[in-house]
Amino acid sequence: MLQDSVQKFVHRHYSFDTRKEILASAKGFSEEYWQLFAELGWLTVPFKAEDDGFGGLAVDLMVLMEEFGKSMVVEPFVPTTVLGGGLLSELGSAAQKAEWLPQIMAGSVQLACATAEPDSRYNLASVGCTAVSKGDSWIVNGQKILVLNGPDADQLLVSVRTSGAVRDADGISVLMIAANTPGIERKSYTNVDGHRAAEITFTNVSVPADRLLGAAGKALPALEYVTDRAIVAVCAEAVGALDSLLHKTVEYTKTRKQFGTAIATFQALQHRMADMFIECQLARSVTMMAAMRLDSDVPAVDKMRAVSAAKSRVGKAIRKVGQEAVQMHGGIGITDELDVGHLFKRVTAIETLFGNSDYHTARFARLG
Amino acid sequence: MNAAFTAEELQFQHDVRTFLESEFPRDIRDKVENRIRLDKDDYVRWQKILYRKGWVAPNWPVEYGGTGWTAVQKYIFAEEMARVGAPEPVAFGMKMVAPVIYTYGSEEQKKRFLPDILESNVWWCQGYSEPNAGSDLASLKTTAVRQGDHYVVNGTKTWNTLGQYADWIFCLVRTDNTVKKQEGISFLLIDMKTPGIKLSPIYLLDGQPEVNEVHFDNVRVPVENLIGEENQGWTYAKVLLTHERTNIAGVPRSKIRLEKLRKLAANTPDGQGGTLMDDPVFAKKVAETEIQVLALEFAELRTLAAVSVGKAPGPESSILKIVGTEATQYLDELYMELAAWHSLPFVPEQFESGFAGEPIGSGGAAATALHYFNNRKQSIYGGSNEIQRNIICKAVLGL
Repeated sequence: MLQDSVQKFVHRHYSFDTRKEILASAKGFSEEYWQLFAELGWLTVPFKAEDDGFGGLAVDLMVLMEEFGKSMVVEPFVPTTVLGGGLLSELGSAAQKAEWLPQIMAGSVQLACATAEPDSRYNLASVGCTAVSKGDSWIVNGQKILVLNGPDADQLLVSVRTSGAVRDADGISVLMIAANTPGIERKSYTNVDGHRAAEITFTNVSVPADRLLGAAGKALPALEYVTDRAIVAVCAEAVGALDSLLHKTVEYTKTRKQFGTAIATFQALQHRMADMFIECQLARSVTMMAAMRLDSDVPAVDKMRAVSAAKSRVGKAIRKVGQEAVQMHGGIGITDELDVGHLFKRVTAIETLFGNSDYHTARFARLG
Repeated sequence: MNAAFTAEELQFQHDVRTFLESEFPRDIRDKVENRIRLDKDDYVRWQKILYRKGWVAPNWPVEYGGTGWTAVQKYIFAEEMARVGAPEPVAFGMKMVAPVIYTYGSEEQKKRFLPDILESNVWWCQGYSEPNAGSDLASLKTTAVRQGDHYVVNGTKTWNTLGQYADWIFCLVRTDNTVKKQEGISFLLIDMKTPGIKLSPIYLLDGQPEVNEVHFDNVRVPVENLIGEENQGWTYAKVLLTHERTNIAGVPRSKIRLEKLRKLAANTPDGQGGTLMDDPVFAKKVAETEIQVLALEFAELRTLAAVSVGKAPGPESSILKIVGTEATQYLDELYMELAAWHSLPFVPEQFESGFAGEPIGSGGAAATALHYFNNRKQSIYGGSNEIQRNIICKAVLGL
């Protein structure tokens, strides 16, 4: 049902040319489509039934994201609903949820989640950005990098250190800060995959005390859980994009003629395409495994390992399938005019987002 | 390698270093270090300095302006150039068309074209590939029909690198349709200002119009611009391609990039309280790449040794092309992994000269993914790596 409706939409309304127009527009995503996503109920998919959402299952998220991946949908679905909305859902009080979750699902608010810092690499516990309690406020100072949807977010969900040393697991809190608060400086840019992001500096930013989500100093498990759900979402997106790359490569080699024959007749290329197929299938399988673990009641550590396994393995598939797709297309594969190059750029970005293969292989081993 | 240098060679190394330290322009060096894109003027200015020193064309025969250096001297020179980031002269004139001109051209052609290539007065570009002739280059369809003392050229060339800056183009054209495809090809030199030539830029994944399609519409080319004999162009081009391949390994540059990578990694926080070089997985990847480049270096030296005793670079040069380009591409991956989050921003303006703002990311991090994307071309151009493997299968293994 969900798959059917997303498939129909991207097939009819998200051509490569439409995507180009959307990327060239001022915001870099379509507000019209965002409203449509809300009307179709897609913005409720990441939310639990008790939050008036679709159910919040990772397997449903996977279905949606895979279809998004095939057509490289650029609307900020993950930053606003999975990350921002996820933190509100996990940490927010009843009053905070009642205020914000309906707005998110109605498509009337844009969120961004600011966690990465210049020295943090992919470690969510490495938080140097500080918040100090002063009267009825928190005073925030520090720098966040690569904040997805940062340029257009109305509200920023920011990981801050309220106690302890830079890499302590304890002492990390999440504040929800209006993006137009004085003292916030946003440097906006576009990423290699067309998605927008920002470097954000906080200088003595005063945040009302009631903007703290959950208990002070105890936010790391929620940050990790919500990021893990985002990881499964982008892995599913990559699975869809990799399938597109494989499909387009197979079709291209059937039509491209060199030495008087379609290059698909060369066994050297056939075997490489068979290997691409294997990579795509393993990526899909491992992502499905992670989504199912997230939806089950296994211990938190098992969920984390499952997600790291997925990100690690999908990252490997991205390298292999992405590079092979470009190589077998030849020169045309590295031009801006063909969708193959853009799929390659998007999956390459996904490989880096929230930790690359090496990072997640190490995390998988450490948690074992 | 240093341990094997003679006293004379060490002196030569010293001379090269001294020259580069004093003569390689500081502003160009700064640009290279900050990954700022070099413009045509930078290349021309630097090449003229090399020209005045007499060091611009180490691989040319002495009678045309070569240096007469031994293989070891050439190796030392290339390594020292890479060490300071000095760009090599743009290859199309110096390394690609010039060897064809001095090997197969007439005396008049040599006098007319070679000095301007040496001094960088005239820039060249390449007209080989066509939309339907890539790996199967010999199936090219651009025609040149003789009419009196001119050829009339019609057709489309593609993947023409930097043609927007070029004064001349060297082309493979079909002059005979009735024979085996390799036997009806000729090698023509064409002035880019000739009426009927139109360039359309092709933008690559890093957003730059690095290559073009070149359209020829009844372009009249004087017959004296034909190299050698009509219908012998394929033979000449094959020789050129072997030269291109021996130059393609890029060992000195890869060695310098490895050294920089190691330094950067030792200063990049791993987010766990150490640096990236403390990460055994990353450190192992760097070490393995270094070993690969070492093996490649000695494979190249063996090829050069064979050339220096008079043998033409043979099909073994395909090894250098495959391994050299793969090493470059793998280094791009490591740089991108090092940059982590900051590999993602697409901010090409901060790598243009004159950029005055605060850059996103440090140490050129935001250029790493762009280099990764752009350098995928290396396993495609110059005879794709698939074609190189075919050459090894056919010409070496006898399959």
